[in-house]
Amino acid sequence: MRKNYYIISDGKLMRDENTIYFENEEGKKPIPINTIYAIYALGSLSITSKAISYLAKEGVCIHFFNRYGFYEGSFYPRESLISGEVVLRQAEHHLEKEKRLYLAKAFVEGSILNMAKVAKKSGEDDTDIISTLQSLYDAKSIAEIMGIEATARNAYYEKFDSILKELKFEKRSRQPPENEVNAMISFGNSLLYSAVLSELYHTQLNPAISYLHEPSERRFSLALDLAEIFKPLIVDRLIFNLVNNRIIQKDDFDREMNGILLNENGKRKFVKAFNERLEKTIKHKDLNRNVSYQRLIRLECYKLIKHFFGVEKYKPFVIWW
Amino acid sequence: MLDEMYVRGTQVNYYFVCKTKLWLFSKNVSMEQESDLVKLGSLLQRQFFGREEKDVSIGPISIDVLRRGDEIEIVEVKKSDSIEKADYYQVLYYLYYLSKFGIKAKGRISYPKKKKVVEVRLEEEGEIEEVLERIAEILAGEMPKPEYKSYCRKCAYFEFCFCG
Ligand code: SF4
Repeated sequence: MRKNYYIISDGKLMRDENTIYFENEEGKKPIPINTIYAIYALGSLSITSKAISYLAKEGVCIHFFNRYGFYEGSFYPRESLISGEVVLRQAEHHLEKEKRLYLAKAFVEGSILNMAKVAKKSGEDDTDIISTLQSLYDAKSIAEIMGIEATARNAYYEKFDSILKELKFEKRSRQPPENEVNAMISFGNSLLYSAVLSELYHTQLNPAISYLHEPSERRFSLALDLAEIFKPLIVDRLIFNLVNNRIIQKDDFDREMNGILLNENGKRKFVKAFNERLEKTIKHKDLNRNVSYQRLIRLECYKLIKHFFGVEKYKPFVIWW
Repeated sequence: MLDEMYVRGTQVNYYFVCKTKLWLFSKNVSMEQESDLVKLGSLLQRQFFGREEKDVSIGPISIDVLRRGDEIEIVEVKKSDSIEKADYYQVLYYLYYLSKFGIKAKGRISYPKKKKVVEVRLEEEGEIEEVLERIAEILAGEMPKPEYKSYCRKCAYFEFCFCG
């Protein structure tokens, strides 16, 4: 089984024969190539060209974050799974207004239902989140849909301070994050975006053709679309656990020019818990087999492809347990 | 040339196994573990033009290609005969393909477990040509809806087909 590698300290990746090595002051550590699914570079990482071409050949994505934990970009190797049929239909669903609206709404619907589920599970009233659904179904433009997603998210975020027992959330602040919880949300969302991108790489979908977000927004905007659905389950619930179980505390953060940010120790704890969450499994209701949370993202990609092929209308993933 | 033989041979096989699988495979929607085309091409190259006899996988079946004098024999060894028809037609297609290049060949599928051997000979071309036509029709249409079969769980497309 291939795994995600999170490299937090500064160092260098190189190749010797069939092994990738990570080297830093503490020494040289081998990483067998066939165990690598994706690499998250969180420190300052240099990579030899031999290593990068080997990783490319093996289809390994590398996601880069700056030292503040903000996503910077990905090394997305040349794709080996290409289907002209999929790309054409993906574009068709973007270009035809009704088709695009359908998918944009589906992503936001999934996002709203999952936020509501997470709020409810934490003992909160979810009616103000759910009630945004009606206007979603009536929405006539992407801008309107985006607005509804923002309204639902604000209603959802308002509950954070009663869910979180230790740290304060107050309100969403991005760049810079003004407090610890906001720092974790930003970091978690970046990690999730990268995880979605890794899944997209292993399908025939083109990550640049998106529906809710504009394709110009980011190079891989389809990952932004899909990430919306999974934020509540994978990022927000993770933060509730870390905070309420006092795994992450005030001293895991530093105050920088860019606001409050996780320090190295904090990042270490966060990515460990994040990866455990990706690997956590659940019995899939249709497949009748265990699938990991990460795999759920892949299945969402498959559902999209089937939607494009017209065999099954896309219904967003909604937490069913 | 060999890639084409591989692709169409696999299509013939899938035609008898599952129309959904045939369609997806043909539209290049392969699951990762199945995309080994390039490696296969070079292996086959060696088979036909080198002297050695070796085990070769062509899509879902595994064959030996033997050269006996001026005749080639394609031998396929199968663990089970569960989709015998698919194997039969796939070998038949290879014979048909080779015949187009004026290469005389015959085929043999053996099922050691059942102590069974099936001889495959290209007697008339109409039979396989009809299958090829049907395949073309399916590919011109929309994706066939997945239907659950006993072997779906072992299929590389299982999650794709049934994840909802
Ligand atoms: S899982 Fe079943 S329906 Fe789907 S392609 Fe495979 S055999 Fe066909």
